[in-house]
Amino acid sequence: MSSTTNSPTHHTSTIGAIGAPSRRNTELALLVFAVVIPVFAYANVGLAINGEVPAGLLGYGVGLGLLAGIGHLAVRKFAPYADPLMLPLATLLNGLGLVAIWRLDQSKRLQQSSQYVEAAPRQLLYSALGVALLVAVLIFLKDHRVLQRYTYISMAAALVLLVLPLVPGLGADVFGAKIWIKIPGLGTVQPGEFAKIALAVFFAGYLMVKRDALALASRRFLGLYLPRGRDLGPILVVWAISILILIFETDLGTSLLFFGMFIIMLYVATERTSWIVFGLLMSATGAVGVASFQPHIQTRVQAWLDPMREYQLSRQGVFGHTEQVMQALWAFGSGGTLGTGLGQGNSDLIGFAANSDFILATFGEELGLAGVMAILLVYGLIVERGVRTALAARDPFGKLLAIGLSGSFALQVFVVAGGVMGLIPLTGMTLPFVAYGGSSVIANWALIGILLRISDTARRPAPAPAPNPDAEMTQVVRP
Amino acid sequence: MNKPLRRIAIFCGLLVLALLVRDNWIQYVRADELRTDKDNRRVVIERYASPRGNIIVDGKAITGSKESSSSDFKYKRTYVNGPMWAPVTGYASQAFGANQLESIEDGILTGNDDRLFFRKTLDMVTGKEQQGGNVVTTLNAAAQKAAYNGLKARGKGAVVALEPSTGKILALASFPSYDPGSFAGNSTSVDSKAWTKLQKKNNPNDPMLNRALREVYPPGSTFKVLTAAAALEQGLYKDADSRTDSPDPWVMTGTNTELPNEGNIPCKNATLRVALQYSCNTVFGKVGADLGNAKMLETAKKFGFTKEQFVPIRTSASVFSDDMNASQTALSSIGQFNTATTPLQMAMVASAVANNGTLMKPYMVDELQTSNLDAIEKTDPEEMSRPLQAGNAQILQSMMETVVKDGTGKSAQIPGVTVGGKTGTAQRGVDNSGRPYAWFISYAKVDNSSPVAVAVVVEDEKAVRGDISGGGLAAPIAKSVMEAVINSKK
Repeated sequence: MSSTTNSPTHHTSTIGAIGAPSRRNTELALLVFAVVIPVFAYANVGLAINGEVPAGLLGYGVGLGLLAGIGHLAVRKFAPYADPLMLPLATLLNGLGLVAIWRLDQSKRLQQSSQYVEAAPRQLLYSALGVALLVAVLIFLKDHRVLQRYTYISMAAALVLLVLPLVPGLGADVFGAKIWIKIPGLGTVQPGEFAKIALAVFFAGYLMVKRDALALASRRFLGLYLPRGRDLGPILVVWAISILILIFETDLGTSLLFFGMFIIMLYVATERTSWIVFGLLMSATGAVGVASFQPHIQTRVQAWLDPMREYQLSRQGVFGHTEQVMQALWAFGSGGTLGTGLGQGNSDLIGFAANSDFILATFGEELGLAGVMAILLVYGLIVERGVRTALAARDPFGKLLAIGLSGSFALQVFVVAGGVMGLIPLTGMTLPFVAYGGSSVIANWALIGILLRISDTARRPAPAPAPNPDAEMTQVVRP
Repeated sequence: MNKPLRRIAIFCGLLVLALLVRDNWIQYVRADELRTDKDNRRVVIERYASPRGNIIVDGKAITGSKESSSSDFKYKRTYVNGPMWAPVTGYASQAFGANQLESIEDGILTGNDDRLFFRKTLDMVTGKEQQGGNVVTTLNAAAQKAAYNGLKARGKGAVVALEPSTGKILALASFPSYDPGSFAGNSTSVDSKAWTKLQKKNNPNDPMLNRALREVYPPGSTFKVLTAAAALEQGLYKDADSRTDSPDPWVMTGTNTELPNEGNIPCKNATLRVALQYSCNTVFGKVGADLGNAKMLETAKKFGFTKEQFVPIRTSASVFSDDMNASQTALSSIGQFNTATTPLQMAMVASAVANNGTLMKPYMVDELQTSNLDAIEKTDPEEMSRPLQAGNAQILQSMMETVVKDGTGKSAQIPGVTVGGKTGTAQRGVDNSGRPYAWFISYAKVDNSSPVAVAVVVEDEKAVRGDISGGGLAAPIAKSVMEAVINSKK
């Protein structure tokens, strides 16, 4: 990864940039774009569907502007040296997501569904909560190393969050995947989204302590460093938990995400390629093993291999089949290079989850190849800024936490976008910031908050050197 | 730790790259295939999003569009005299897709064709609703009406009329037919019911079969015109009035079976003219056997056999086998054994003879127009082949004219008009147990040029076996179609 900043030094460009500009004004300028682009998109949808600028335009613009402004002010005050790109990129995605959700709210086809709710106002509320959480992270988390103290508490929290959907009376089975919990009066929550952050904290804390043992005590075999049996323990535990998620919550995506994040962090911590080989072998074994007896996952794989057959089966009313995969492909194909224009596509044919798991198909149809590539590149940029933060961080815990968070972010985008585009089997997951879903938006804003905090610590000018006691001594002895 | 971090960065980059590549695959490489997939509902939504253009006959629209009550579809197709025109238009249904002209010219009719791009863009800029273009056909309303009513009065069958000098299709009728308007919509109670009723499994008459283009019948004696053409063209006989070498009875080459004639007719060493006039099986059977499979096939192919035609609706290919022995070739040469043709194919045979041996490529779309009647594309008549030299064609014409004047085709005579024709009665079923098909092919000549050639086939379930003959059942229909064309030219 080459440097994208102006600093003359390579690789270490953001490290120790004493007196480096804070880039807060850059962030502000970018934020203006990140707000203006979705506002225009919003007006565009209204004009296309109803022939007039939508009445809610002002409210929406002001709302998004306020969120961006508050986020920016909080960063300016509490993390002045934070990365200037992350906040605008996340705001842009969040804004575009709101537009797409609002656009699908206008769909006559979806309005006929019994499950129809007007999702855009809720999503705006969730976004506000998310930004509030970001601000809270920036205010209360003065130094990310504090999180290191909560290594094992994080682990416990993550486990609890993961198990919650399985608790009878609390969990909700939504179309095969049991990853939601119902909170009366509040709706459904996807605890897995929060578990992601807690697990990253736990892995970072744990691996920072154990990395030497894991890296050095090993035997060489066939060019690979084999870990000692007892060091394998934690990996086996994480692997087992992933498999259990897969079996009991039938959620391939979450399982893959957690295990993938762990392998990435383990590799970074130990610098041993062998861990990746083990990780891939284990996840392959696990996935194939579970798929051999889990009908839900088999269906997903078949739908991926032959979406047309799946569509026909679903049309014939065979239980447990879905036409969504094929509908999403048609949406992408019908969009072509430049898309139909916002508000003029038929991506609502996807039906259920058109505005959450499948929202990328709406962009695909209405903004075309160009729009989807732009969105994917924005995700790529966020991940790249996250990895850069990891490179710049001065402490191993910060490095591990940053790479864990950005790696899991990248994996999540890949799993959901790849699933919707038919690159890999589809798993129920939300596209960060864009898809409708409170848990996802809130958790991802918190994730950005932590990354901002780490990057602020990394880019902050080094404190003035403390007076050297030795130098003082020398002076005293002089006469 | 920075080295593995950089590798992870590359890994994340690869993930994004994989997504970008996949996106290009589905939104660029496969985009057209997905966009036009017949199961993609957008195709149908698009088709009815704006008033569909019309199919035009003689300056009048035989289709229409009206506002639809369905949530997905703004407009619905309507038809004027649907059953009569169904073999031409095909159907365009919100629920069941489209076929024939409605499908082939869908781009023009919806207005989405690239050739309408300018018009479409102009409409978009000026805020006008998109309007589909029109498809102007070559058909002749009077001839079509005569053909359809003639069939309706007599039973199942088909009629095709061509303009020999251009290949224009003037009439294209099939009976029983269906009203494409009866299932143009999307309602389960009305449209689906109507559709289900019309399917072959629920309706043995198979009304949705386009008999004129998609059904092959044994042509019976009408095929003797082609055999006579082969005899002249391949040099077996030089003219219509020299005696042929034809014993009667004739034992088919390589067998002990006699090929019989129908009734007591003068076929022994008969001239080609007399043989055609009385429809001698012995003479034309022997011509086929003498020429052999290859030469017969060569001539048949020149008339269009063995190939699907695109008019632009695809037709079935007419059959003349390439692996027959002498006796099978003999039987095939009198329109039996494996020989099977579409009504269009026999109309092409009559048309080529009438056009002095030149076969014009049959077509039914004269012009494609924008919604405000500017021509986008006009079809020019195109020569398809020359199965006959002009001299031989004229010999054959005089033979066919004798058939109508003095032979089996008397009921096709039109006062003041020269008519040439040939009857046919094709046997079918095991041991000829099924009711035979009545055939008639003919052309009319006015002022030394021929305005119309026609082929009629009637499969009448009700008729008594003896009553079925091309002359009795089919020729009157051919006559009324020819009259309709001649009168409309006046």
